[in-house]
Amino acid sequence: MNREKVIYAFFIVLALTMNFGFFIGDIDDPAHHNVYEFFAAIVVSIICTMLKFGDRTHLGALMMATSLVADMQLVIAALIWGYGAQLSANGVTNEMFSSVVSMSGGALLANIVSVILLMVETIVVRR
Amino acid sequence: MNDIFYLMLRRLRHPLITLIVIYSISILGFVMIPGQDDQGNPWRMDFFHAIYFVSFMGSTIGFGEIPYAFTAAQRAWTLVTIYGTVIAWLYCIGSLLSLFQEPVFRRMLRSRSFANEVKRFNEPFYLVCGYGITGSAIVEKLCDRGVRSVVIDIDQERIDELEINGLVLRVPGLCADASLPEVLDDAGLQHPDCIGVLALTNDDNVNLSISIASKLLQPKRIVVSRTESEVNARNLASFGTDHIIDPFKDYAEYLSLAAHAPYMHLVYDWLVNPFHRPLSSAYKKASGRWIICGLGRFGKALYREFAKHDVEIVLLDDNVLQLQGYPNTVKGLGTEAATLQMAGIHEAVGIIAGTDNDADNLSIMMTARELNPKLITVVRQNLNSNTLIYQHSKADFIMEPGRIIANRILVKLKTPLLSVFIAQMKQQDDVWAHTLLNRMSSVASDEELDSWSITVGPVMTPAICAITAEGIEVKLSNLMKDPRHRKTQLPCFPLMFRRDGEIKLLPGELMVLQEGDEVLFCGLAEASNQMSWSINNYNILFYLQTGEEPSHNLLAKLLKRI
Repeated sequence: MNREKVIYAFFIVLALTMNFGFFIGDIDDPAHHNVYEFFAAIVVSIICTMLKFGDRTHLGALMMATSLVADMQLVIAALIWGYGAQLSANGVTNEMFSSVVSMSGGALLANIVSVILLMVETIVVRR
Repeated sequence: MNDIFYLMLRRLRHPLITLIVIYSISILGFVMIPGQDDQGNPWRMDFFHAIYFVSFMGSTIGFGEIPYAFTAAQRAWTLVTIYGTVIAWLYCIGSLLSLFQEPVFRRMLRSRSFANEVKRFNEPFYLVCGYGITGSAIVEKLCDRGVRSVVIDIDQERIDELEINGLVLRVPGLCADASLPEVLDDAGLQHPDCIGVLALTNDDNVNLSISIASKLLQPKRIVVSRTESEVNARNLASFGTDHIIDPFKDYAEYLSLAAHAPYMHLVYDWLVNPFHRPLSSAYKKASGRWIICGLGRFGKALYREFAKHDVEIVLLDDNVLQLQGYPNTVKGLGTEAATLQMAGIHEAVGIIAGTDNDADNLSIMMTARELNPKLITVVRQNLNSNTLIYQHSKADFIMEPGRIIANRILVKLKTPLLSVFIAQMKQQDDVWAHTLLNRMSSVASDEELDSWSITVGPVMTPAICAITAEGIEVKLSNLMKDPRHRKTQLPCFPLMFRRDGEIKLLPGELMVLQEGDEVLFCGLAEASNQMSWSINNYNILFYLQTGEEPSHNLLAKLLKRI
């Protein structure tokens, strides 16, 4: 058993589930999307990226790339949300909220790719 | 670069994850803990304000309670998070700093910057492996001539020495094992501007692997290797190493020249060594019986060289087994008067103290000189730390392998013509050498005699070609005039002239130069500088030829016509 891999698997799956939990629901209804879940999704996603820092294997580098994509999507979503809530005169409009959710949808896709890569690695390297 | 980057990222994983976890817990805490606004209404911090507050609190603990004064619960949480974030930061910065101080990491950084520096070289350079006495002498001389070099040595102290030696040019150095191909590669073995590889380490095997690596990668590049065993020398020669230097054999050759042709020896010495022996030293009688103490590698090499020239030799060694098979032997170390008398010290002309023990060598020399003050004394110096004592020993020759090799190699690197000249010179007699020596002495007296060569052609001597093309003959004597005043002679004279493979020693100065001619000059270094003016600059050579300053601009030509 490789402890490092188990920890990574835990975090990447956690990132996926969190993201999925946030994403699911009507796209422009704030009642369906919990802000705490969003926060947790960002934190877990960043931790995933950190876990792949300095990995020189090809699959490792790919996983870092996909989780970087997820981070980027989520951070942009957070920026849009923050702008709407704090800076914009109209508050968070429906359009803004739906773009936040769709951004997190993109991140979800990246997370799924990460998990597929993880599965590939697990299957190919039978150790 | 990649290695360093990956190592850094790897080491930063844990600190960064800790930092993120602590930050996110702090932020979450502020969002969840209920607070009050300025009117006393219940209010909760949102994520935006929580991130803002934790960010500045983590780094500065400043600015106060924002946007409203905190409740007791919030203050309690702030207390916890202050310590949490400070510890996370300390951990992060601490591990980064310790990473930079780690020897492995520093070595990687150094070798990286070294390799990058070498990669950026855009002028010819030599790769010198081993920065001992030989290596440092060669690098210094190369620097003086404006040739760049790169140094590898296995000893960090020697690399430090390189940095504090104050060389004229910047010489990058790396502490690494030169027998590893990747180290050699970093040092520019595959660099297109690397013009020669000098393998000068103490280890014959390392020298061998350096030479092989270089010859395999670039067969045409010059490789000079030092070796102390004959098996190795043959091995090196088998794959085409250009110059193989054996310190013992070379010194034996040098000494035997002194024994059978003292003037020839001096000519050689003046051309090869920067600090030459005075002219008067040749008047000592050198042909006759020589006593060799210590029949090790050095002694055997000497015996072979001396025997070639029919010099009478007596061999001394305290090991009877070593002496087996040699004529004229005496058992004993030579440190006692009795053994030396048995060897016939009173009739001898020279004694060579060649054991591998410095104290013994000095003792042999002093005892011998007491018995026969007219002796020529040769002492072998084994340890560099004994230099001071040896300098004051007043021995005629001090055999110090490091310097000998350095000078031999420099001759080969300086100009290939010089080696040709030395080979030709050895076929002449000693009277010829005496005349040459007098000529050298009148030019250089006590200063260092330099030698350089020119090849007539558009690359090296554009001025000569331009003037010859106009139909004016350029003679050797024209080149030897001072460009500042054509009536004065430069302190130099031609040693050798080569045209179409035909060699002429000490050519006449009225020789007319053609394209393709090669001339070897000797003289003071300043003459070489001046000469490069006259061979490169048309106007100066024209002045030397005719005594007139040529006018080349249109106005001057028009005025001249009037």
